[in-house]
Amino acid sequence: MAVTVRQVERPQRSLWVQSYVPEVVRGLSITSKQFFRNLFTKKDVVTIQYPEVQRDYPERYRGIHRLMYREDGQVRCVACMCCSTVCPANCIHIVAAEHDDPSIEKYPASFVIDELRCIVCGLCVEACPCDAIRMDSGIHAHPFYERDQAFFDKNALLELGGPSIAVQGGQNKGHHGSHH
Amino acid sequence: MIESLYSNAHWAFILLKIVVVVLAFAMPIGSLMTLLGDRKQSSMIQNRVGPNRARLSIIPGLGKLPLVGIPHFLADGLKMIFKEDVIPDGANRFWHNMAPALALFPAIVVWAVIPFADMYCTGTIVVQNYRDICMDGEVRNYFSIANLDAGLLYVFAISSVSVYGAAIAGWASNAKYSLLGGLRSTAQMISYDVSMGLSLAGALVIYGTLNLNEMVVAQGRLLWGWLPMWGIIIQPLAFFIFLAAMMAETKRAPFDLPEGESEIVAGYFTEFSSMKFAVIQLSEYVATVFVGALVATIFLGGWQVPFLYGDGFHFGDSPEPHIPLPYWLVIVLRIGSFSIKTLFILWLQFMLRWTLPRFRYDQVMNLGWKIFLPLSIANLIVTALIVTLL
Repeated sequence: MAVTVRQVERPQRSLWVQSYVPEVVRGLSITSKQFFRNLFTKKDVVTIQYPEVQRDYPERYRGIHRLMYREDGQVRCVACMCCSTVCPANCIHIVAAEHDDPSIEKYPASFVIDELRCIVCGLCVEACPCDAIRMDSGIHAHPFYERDQAFFDKNALLELGGPSIAVQGGQNKGHHGSHH
Repeated sequence: MIESLYSNAHWAFILLKIVVVVLAFAMPIGSLMTLLGDRKQSSMIQNRVGPNRARLSIIPGLGKLPLVGIPHFLADGLKMIFKEDVIPDGANRFWHNMAPALALFPAIVVWAVIPFADMYCTGTIVVQNYRDICMDGEVRNYFSIANLDAGLLYVFAISSVSVYGAAIAGWASNAKYSLLGGLRSTAQMISYDVSMGLSLAGALVIYGTLNLNEMVVAQGRLLWGWLPMWGIIIQPLAFFIFLAAMMAETKRAPFDLPEGESEIVAGYFTEFSSMKFAVIQLSEYVATVFVGALVATIFLGGWQVPFLYGDGFHFGDSPEPHIPLPYWLVIVLRIGSFSIKTLFILWLQFMLRWTLPRFRYDQVMNLGWKIFLPLSIANLIVTALIVTLL
């Protein structure tokens, strides 16, 4: 098996080119053009001044959780523990209590989500049978100064929440993934 | 005689000049350049905004203004003071502590000979043969810290000492990357020392003096009656060689292999934290500003404004000024011209950082020994021939 060798000629560079001076001048003209352009106009600058200006999040963006409530203002959650069971990060802590109304058997006496542990997977939203928890608030978790500031309890989650017209059993499923 | 020459007032005045030149010009411009030059100018080249979030809220009225990002360098200084100072295990403690001082000392001390304006004349000024002659008054040295007759030699001597800072910093850190960076920087700096000196030998032959103020005065001559004989016109090759050699001395891009940034983390100053790192970085920027000042002095006419002499503007070879100006205004114009030229060379150095890719190490050595050295020797020979024959 013969190996074919092909000689490739190096391009001949004249002394003027090899002295690097024309390249330096050409490069300087490009950088100077950008410098003076950005000094006087701001057309080419792509930086946005966060947090005064924010980018738009996509429609299905998963942010901080919010608890939805029924028409009379009570929380929709029936403390079935589906979300805390399915959560891969074990960040939902629910303490159930008995509800006076026998058709709504349970309600969560305490509903705490540790937003620092949350991996924003959205499985709790998919697991919930009551449209009680959603992640469509559009707010991402901000930095905290203390760890216990990240534990959102029931009141904090409800504050972000909204009314939902889904009916247990199937009618009027409500609008998953939209802001209210 | 000695009593009056070295009186207390004399020393106090020298101290005042040191304070004004070093603390009010060299250090502020050097540290401002870490912000305005390196960060803001770089960001403007790269289509982004750069730092603009620090606010001076303790000064009433300035609490909300971004001020072009200048408070950031104050914030950086405060941050550096509060950080922990880490000395690596097995490092030579004494030399690790000394290395930033060895880097900063030459960068500041070498500012002693730079003239900001001409010698102050207490009498009247007569312009003769493109020079200011001081009649019935004495000449006082107000605008440079020391008017050494061997000024340029002093500059070379002190900037050769600056090799020690990087070399010792790299060795004393007991780390592979630092040692590599230190060795590279030593080799690079001593290679370019040679061509730096030889390229200026051509200027020395033409000016005939090592005194930096005299060199600037000699650049006031007008060639053919209208062209100011700045160094760049009579020694253009030396200008390029000197600028490139000084950029290699201060390890400024594209010669910044010793710092390495993307290859060997931070090269010779990897293991320096908090204030030591700030001192080394500051020494590098002050040296960069000094390169601007020296190039402006020797090649761009120093404090000379074209056609401006001690008593006003002279267009052509007439002894009377066409536009007479008061003396204090001439001094202000001269200091301003010097500052503008220094800032222009500084701006050029920062532009070159983002224009040229970093040179490979064999290319750096090749350039220093095989290209710059023969070119500067040739420049010296040609200059000497021209000076002798004309």
